[in-house]
Amino acid sequence: MDTNERETLLSCRDLTLGYENHAVAEHIGFEVTRGDYLCIVGENGRGKSTLVKTLLGLQPLLGGQIERSPALKRSTIGYLPQQTPVQRDFPATVEEIVISGFLKKCGLRPFYTKRERAKAEEKMERLGIAALKKRCYRELSGGQLQRVLLARALCATDTLLLLDEPVAGLDPKVTQEMYGIIEGLNREDGITILMISHDIAAVLGYATHILHVMHGSCFFGTTEEYQKSEAGKLFAGGDHAA
Amino acid sequence: MRHELLSVMSWAEFISFFQYPFVWRAVIVGTLIALVAALLGVTLVLKRFSFIGDGLSHVAFGAMAVAAVAGITNQMLIILPVTILAAVLLLRSGRKAKVNGDARLALISVSALAIGYLIYNLSGSSNVSGDVCTTLFGSTSILELTPFDLWMSVGLSVAVVIVFVLLYHKIFAVTFDETFYKASGVRTELYDLIIAVVIAVIIVLAMDLVGSLLISALVIFPALSGMRLFKSFKRVTVFSAILSVVCAVSGLLLSIWLSTPVGSTIVAVDLAAFAACSLVGFTAKRA
Repeated sequence: MDTNERETLLSCRDLTLGYENHAVAEHIGFEVTRGDYLCIVGENGRGKSTLVKTLLGLQPLLGGQIERSPALKRSTIGYLPQQTPVQRDFPATVEEIVISGFLKKCGLRPFYTKRERAKAEEKMERLGIAALKKRCYRELSGGQLQRVLLARALCATDTLLLLDEPVAGLDPKVTQEMYGIIEGLNREDGITILMISHDIAAVLGYATHILHVMHGSCFFGTTEEYQKSEAGKLFAGGDHAA
Repeated sequence: MRHELLSVMSWAEFISFFQYPFVWRAVIVGTLIALVAALLGVTLVLKRFSFIGDGLSHVAFGAMAVAAVAGITNQMLIILPVTILAAVLLLRSGRKAKVNGDARLALISVSALAIGYLIYNLSGSSNVSGDVCTTLFGSTSILELTPFDLWMSVGLSVAVVIVFVLLYHKIFAVTFDETFYKASGVRTELYDLIIAVVIAVIIVLAMDLVGSLLISALVIFPALSGMRLFKSFKRVTVFSAILSVVCAVSGLLLSIWLSTPVGSTIVAVDLAAFAACSLVGFTAKRA
């Protein structure tokens, strides 16, 4: 029972990340245990986005090892991408987008099942967007958009969410709401969170673990360890003072 | 003045046209082609693929020139594989994008157009401008369909509709946000490939109806019109398919009635419909 709950979902050893033969980050290592809330921080250009793409299998790994647990292989990773401008003029309703999270589970089946439709409904309720389901994606506010994409990610997974800068471009109030939602998913629904963020000061309050990607190395440990570490003092300390 | 210009026929004369099987054949094939052309319109527009349609139609023109000069009777058998191949190559190149995708597209489409015209001229045909005009603008080829053309068009159209219905949710997904679905393990490349092949089939089919220069209009106008009025992917798709059929059939009948070229009449009707939809959409937004 205990081993099951503390099951390691993802274990990465000595990763080299980059494009083609150009390494952006090296010696990255960390582990994700079920129920963790891991924040990935670091300056721009240090390979955070590359790490995300590599974890998702969108980009080949240049070196090192990524091990996924059987549970993770089965349920896949739910991904909340950064906003791209192309999507903004897309004619699609909230409902259409959320249910498309089940696409992988469909396989060759051409239509969604009743059960999947009901589950999509449930996720929309969970994120407070059920009232918007017939609305067009184009008409939503930034915070509503993120909730829609989060609901879609929840349809794709019940295990691990990978969030790439989920609060970028949101105003402070909506940012707080978003952090609240993510925390709820982690604590109440038991979903493991991997989140890329710039906003270290804010994430220290939520994260259980921190991965700080630096030039040629990285820090990985619990949030407490991080705050005592050199990297943590330098990087987060300044933010706290501000 | 107007009458002289358009030589409008009397109602009785117009009706009498329907005793000819070729008119019925044209209406059936026109309906099917318009339907399938509109289906992938939204995907093409939103993936910023609008000009791939245009480029492919030029490739199809080049292939048709080769087929015509080689004296092949069932030209479809040459044009279809060549266009499909070009579609796959263009899509591939779009992803790697080492050479600017637009530039490559322009390169391929203009080369195919020039070489096609060159081949027509070298062939020593007595009616080069007539042949070229027919291929580029469709003129009357829809009214001259052989039974082979008819069955080929019907077969391919039905195949496209079936593929579209079966893959509807997948097409939605790769159009909306390829990265997410790829990350969750959906084989987006495969679906991109299928979309490319289907686009090629549509282009080749539509050549008969409107000619290779006007195909983009047939593919894009209905989708753009639908996007002016509707908010869901499903509604935009269904509306554009219906609108496309209505425009194609009325354009076809108008062209018979007014003795105007079929392709450009259909596109003019599509354009008018687009203008109307834009107006309605604009007014609705204001209100």
